[in-house]
Amino acid sequence: MDFTYTETQDMIRDTLARFLGDTYDFETRQKFTSSDTGRDPAIWTALAQELGMLGAPFAEEHGGLGGGALENAIVMEELGKVIGIEPYLPTVVIAGGALKAVGGTQADAMIPEIIAGNAIIGFAYAEPQGRYDLANLRTTAKKDGAGYVLNGHKSVVYAAPWATHLLVTARTGGNPRDRDGVSLFLIDANLPGIVRRDYPTVDGSRASEIYFENVAIPGDALLGGEGTGLPLIEQIVDEATVAVCAEATGVMQKLHEGTLEYTQQRKQFGVPIAKFQVLQHRMVDMFMEVEQARSMTIMGTLKLGLPANERMAAVSAAKAKVARGANFVGQNAIQTHGGIGITQELAIGHYFKRATMIEGQFGSHDYHMDRYERITLND
Amino acid sequence: MDMEFSPEDLAFQQEVRQFIAENYPADLRDKQDEGEEMSKEDFLSWHKILYKKGWIAPAWPVEYGGTGWTPTQRFIWSEETARADCIRLMPFGLAMVGPVIYTFGTPEQKAHFLPRILSGEDWWCQGYSEPGSGSDLASLRTTAVADGDDYIVNGQKTWTTLAQHADWGFFLVRTDKEAKQQEGISFLLIDMKSPGITVRPIITLGGEHEVNEVWLEDVRVPQSQRVYEENKGWTCAKFLLAHERTGIAGVAASKRGIEKVKAIARTELDGDKPLLANAFFKRKVAELEVDLAALEFTELRSLAGPNANRGPGPESSLLKIKGSEIQQRLTELTLEAVGHYGAPYFRGFGEGDNEHPIGPDYAHRAAPTYFNMRKTTIYGGSNEIQRNIIAKMVLGL
Repeated sequence: MDFTYTETQDMIRDTLARFLGDTYDFETRQKFTSSDTGRDPAIWTALAQELGMLGAPFAEEHGGLGGGALENAIVMEELGKVIGIEPYLPTVVIAGGALKAVGGTQADAMIPEIIAGNAIIGFAYAEPQGRYDLANLRTTAKKDGAGYVLNGHKSVVYAAPWATHLLVTARTGGNPRDRDGVSLFLIDANLPGIVRRDYPTVDGSRASEIYFENVAIPGDALLGGEGTGLPLIEQIVDEATVAVCAEATGVMQKLHEGTLEYTQQRKQFGVPIAKFQVLQHRMVDMFMEVEQARSMTIMGTLKLGLPANERMAAVSAAKAKVARGANFVGQNAIQTHGGIGITQELAIGHYFKRATMIEGQFGSHDYHMDRYERITLND
Repeated sequence: MDMEFSPEDLAFQQEVRQFIAENYPADLRDKQDEGEEMSKEDFLSWHKILYKKGWIAPAWPVEYGGTGWTPTQRFIWSEETARADCIRLMPFGLAMVGPVIYTFGTPEQKAHFLPRILSGEDWWCQGYSEPGSGSDLASLRTTAVADGDDYIVNGQKTWTTLAQHADWGFFLVRTDKEAKQQEGISFLLIDMKSPGITVRPIITLGGEHEVNEVWLEDVRVPQSQRVYEENKGWTCAKFLLAHERTGIAGVAASKRGIEKVKAIARTELDGDKPLLANAFFKRKVAELEVDLAALEFTELRSLAGPNANRGPGPESSLLKIKGSEIQQRLTELTLEAVGHYGAPYFRGFGEGDNEHPIGPDYAHRAAPTYFNMRKTTIYGGSNEIQRNIIAKMVLGL
């Protein structure tokens, strides 16, 4: 048992923090997130080519840094600290995680593209009727010769407007909520029949509704087995869930620090409002939520390798706790700032918006408590 | 970073398990199972077994009688003793005054007191709080006035846990009335059999005689029993409180407590299903488990993380706050689970008593324990004081 980071992990954190400190100040972020494309592609390229950061969780034989989930958590936490909109989560954590899991020629072909910064991959899994149920799919992939034909509607696919590829869940058989019959595909984002409606998200990123209209895809787009993809999808979504817990930790830390700083400057009744004990205790409660979010992220990350049930219980415990904490820290950061907190002017409100979206991402507090109970208290 | 147990750790776990199975006193186990109050001899019987084995003070430096265990081994130890429902060891010597003596004491004090703490020969109590000095501990008014080689001590202490059993007490006393509050306090070791000491019981909500008032009238204490310099006792006091706070998290015991609540809720019926199938009750259990996992990993980070060798710092206040809140929720949930049978007041079996107790065994101490555990957010520095400590020492406010 050891809860220290290796030198390499410390180096990844320090390198990334320095880079983001130089390139990702709040004003710059506001500028490129409100531009036409909503991003600065040079940052992604620099993350890949100058820092090698997109290789953090990949094996050295693919050109990566030889890390795994802990390295992903480190990167996500640092991105959280600057409310970064870089598509590291869908590209590296999720699609990269799926490719690592299936291995073989598909991994050999795509992982180097991810590491080089050439690929951006959107994760098209959610559907309008499906809520957080990964098997609740109406999107279908019908066998057609050597390939498949895709039809369906995917909701709120983050980073899709920038994507070179899409990672898509679809039914190759069974009924809309069956565990069997679910498959996972990695496809080119610009195939004929893919219709996108792009929009900004409330947390500063970009996403799309995606409609598949008789999209012909090749047979080798299938990742893993046909109709048996759900366990793999659950695994990569669990990896993504702890990764957003890590991001939340960074976001929450900044919400807390920003609040501390503000209360020491802001004067009312002739004193900095940080002198008031009611605010001091509130900020201590926020601090405790940040520390516990950090603890739960580590717990969830370290348990990703356990058998599915134990992994899911751990990830759900982590996400449930982090969701509550993000809610508490976010709302109290705004309350403590007062009126200025509800404007677009200060960074604090933008951190609050990201914290709020993380609360629901890959399952709300209630969803994860339900899943936790089904596994651990099912009698 | 990993949470694996090495082969050595697993062997250690087996060794601990086997040792407890073979050596834990059966009569003590019976008394615990029936929910009876524990006597001084009950507490000491397990203490003495561990002392003989050399496992009584895992947290102490090896040179003073510690075990030299790694943080992982200490984690295993606390897990296994909680899992086996071993009675808790009294913290006053082992976790409180012992570390103060080996950190601040003279060679003579170390040589005399530490072995007696380890063996259980001396039972210690803590003379900190006074009727007028609770959260504002430094306002204490018990005085010690120099008289030759002695001090003459006068004053009143309160909330003195199990002082009725104590051979020795460690006391905070005022040795300089003119100095700033914290700077006029000294740390004295006092023989509880000294003339002028009176111990009077205070009965708490569960009906227990656990705490006491201690009166000191012209008690003569050799100056050689002062730990550290005169008027520097506050340094010892703060050091002790930080040590006390980490132990207070009680993670392993709370884990075991949740197992017990679940067992009760599987037995108790709610309609035609076990109580644990009730969605509202189940959610409270699940949230407690999740919050306990957050506490556990926060504690593990501090025990086996980058700052592991630094000793307890102000972040131990976080462990105290969250640990005590969880302990209280646990006892509240237990009381809720036992339903009607929370009400009968069980006073233990009398001599030759062959009546059946009322209600299931697991219900006997549910209410008294719930009442008793309200203390956890008050003692060791109330949770409000802990928040003040974090605000000042961690957040810099």
